[in-house]
Amino acid sequence: MTGNPFLEALAWLADPVHWSGPSGIPLRTLEHLGYTVLGVLVAALIAVPLGLLVGHTGVGKGVAVTAAGAARALPTLGLVTLFALLLGIGLTAPLLAFVVLAVPSLLAGAYAAVESADPSTVDAARAQGMTEWQILTKVEIPLGMPLIVGGFRGATVQVVATAMLAAYVGNGGLGRYIFLGLGSQDYPLMIAGSLLVIALALLLDLVLLLTQRLTAPRGALPA
Amino acid sequence: MSWVLQNLDVIIGYTGSHLLQALPPILIAFALSLPMAKLANARGWLRTGVTTTSGLLYAIPSLPLFVLLPGIVGTGVRSPLNIAVALSLYGLALMVPAASDAFRSVDRIVLSSATAQGYAPGARFLRVELPLAGPVLLAGVRVVAVSTISLVTVGGVLGVPSLGMLFVDGFRRGILAEIAAGVVFTAVLALLTDALLVLLGRALMPWSRTTAGRRS
Repeated sequence: MTGNPFLEALAWLADPVHWSGPSGIPLRTLEHLGYTVLGVLVAALIAVPLGLLVGHTGVGKGVAVTAAGAARALPTLGLVTLFALLLGIGLTAPLLAFVVLAVPSLLAGAYAAVESADPSTVDAARAQGMTEWQILTKVEIPLGMPLIVGGFRGATVQVVATAMLAAYVGNGGLGRYIFLGLGSQDYPLMIAGSLLVIALALLLDLVLLLTQRLTAPRGALPA
Repeated sequence: MSWVLQNLDVIIGYTGSHLLQALPPILIAFALSLPMAKLANARGWLRTGVTTTSGLLYAIPSLPLFVLLPGIVGTGVRSPLNIAVALSLYGLALMVPAASDAFRSVDRIVLSSATAQGYAPGARFLRVELPLAGPVLLAGVRVVAVSTISLVTVGGVLGVPSLGMLFVDGFRRGILAEIAAGVVFTAVLALLTDALLVLLGRALMPWSRTTAGRRS
């Protein structure tokens, strides 16, 4: 390493050679994005209905809160390596890790969203003859939408970071560059990979932040 | 189980370096968040700025941050100091908004009464505002402590000694028990620290038993 590693990293990023082919930046970014979307969606299919149910009925509230708290203590890298060793190299192991890590945020978001609806508003809806299903879909979900999207934001942040570590156990994604650089003592390559992941993570976070603002019901207090 | 017993000295060694890396960032994040939150609360635009920056900082995945910092701070990629700086940043990203909420949860009328009773600004902060903000501050510290202890493991990928080394080594050598031991020891360390903080909170704030469990 002679010159400034940051300048070398920028030069690496600017080199058109790295912008094409199966290990090029666009394809690696798409892979990373694909893992993230897949992980969050699978987790959402499990966690969002469950969270809404817990929020609406109050059943299993203690379990949901404890699970969300305990998940923070689980080391991501440990889950990724554990699943990889159990299930072998492939997409199943990382996907399982994504789901385990994304479920708590989504669950907490959905549950808090329903609970945030003013009880008197819910009672008013009930008094007007709405069914429980209508109360959930027409009152509680629209009012709590920003909190539900907030759960997606938290889950996405988790999964983007975990998708990075998935490259450690042999899959694609932007993490490849960092581990390639780590293996060959190429610090500029590690920086270039890091900048790409950070850019992707911030971009996704900003998109979800905007969605959170846009889904806020008119006249509601900002969450 | 037999793997754990045979390698207990290694695990204890890693647990020690794990704690040494986790504790300073937790303390730094707590200590720095108090003045930063007070400052942010004094100006509306500053508060918005601080919350937004914290949110974005927290969105940065840990490994890339561990990789970038040495180039900025001037430490080696494998230096524990580098991990400590990165974890302090994450801790601040979680703790400053929590502390800001904590101070805002203190009733202004109570503060005015304290001033009327003759508390000087410094004494009012230490003996009225800080204790009243305590339960919400504690909830924030608990989140910071648990997430910091869990994040330390990522340094294992770079070769920084911590319980994370058990994942890296266990994966390389195909020893399932080693990885499982790493997960269990990290989680237990996090939960023990959390429990210790709850007990500390009860001892320091005996009045808050009903509210201290509140989590964001």
